Amino acid sequence: MSESPRLVEVRQNVLSKNDQLALELRQRFDQAGVRVINLLSSPGAGKTRLLEETLRQLGTRHRVAALVGDLATDNDARRLARSGAAVRQIETAGMCHLEADMVMGHLEGWHLADFDILFIENVGNLVCPTSYDLGEHGRVVLMAVTEGEDKPLKYPGTFQWANLVLLSKLDMAEAAEFDAAAAHTNIAAVHPGVPIIATSARTGTGMAEWLAWVEDL
Amino acid sequence: MHELSVALSLVQLADDAARQAGASQVIALHLRIGALAGVVPDALRFSFDLAAAGTLVAGARLEIEEVPVRIFCDLCNAEADLPNPQSFVCPICQQPAMRMVQGRELQLISLEVP
Repeated sequence: MSESPRLVEVRQNVLSKNDQLALELRQRFDQAGVRVINLLSSPGAGKTRLLEETLRQLGTRHRVAALVGDLATDNDARRLARSGAAVRQIETAGMCHLEADMVMGHLEGWHLADFDILFIENVGNLVCPTSYDLGEHGRVVLMAVTEGEDKPLKYPGTFQWANLVLLSKLDMAEAAEFDAAAAHTNIAAVHPGVPIIATSARTGTGMAEWLAWVEDL
Repeated sequence: MHELSVALSLVQLADDAARQAGASQVIALHLRIGALAGVVPDALRFSFDLAAAGTLVAGARLEIEEVPVRIFCDLCNAEADLPNPQSFVCPICQQPAMRMVQGRELQLISLEVP
């Protein structure tokens, strides 16, 4: 006669190990007085270009640093290092997102108290990274005007996750026949009230507003 | 596609919990996945079989409860499930829904062991 199965209660987040590390990271960031921003977008939305300009401008009045996630190559880190900021590349060896332990590993040797603001440029992907807390204080999603106004409807979880939505490459809006009103409507549909800033790293549009958001974080 | 990473975390969590409970095998895992968790149940099932090989969880059933997005509406002073996560509007009063109270979870609720 076989016995019936026994139920073992677990009630834990599947990613609880990552959550725990993220909590430790956040405590370290807070103790060191560094504010951390997790920057997300699809590949090619202009994260690196925007970050390049952001580091250059913020670097004149703050101590800024960046961790840059990529599937492979350190091209982005080399590009960003030209701004004079402290920059490190996280090569994920094919993994589609950053996890808290990768961030922790790449902080070694850095004295966090030497920084005011740390940007974490996540791997270009609009789904996977949102499952992994990196100990950040602000979550920013970048959406290029060339991507199509319905992106928020396709990735509602990602836009809901964000504390700020940046529209990028605004200088290309006309060529892309970008419908700004539709984009705003779609963002508001999946995340009512989330702030939206339209930017162009090339022309400088919206940069002051974006930098002010970072400084107020 | 980060379901394999998720599956590896899930297997480790379940394997640890089973050992702590003194079980030598796991028959089933009960999971809750929110509509905005960013995890596709079918992809997770596929990855789970790979990740479970050689652990106490190998061959176990994956029972997934998919939970809808639930919001709290300040105007109605009530919670409500969204019929569609593309539209964060309170289904009762049709006003924008500012607060999500459920929908991102990715939780291991329980295990069935012999």
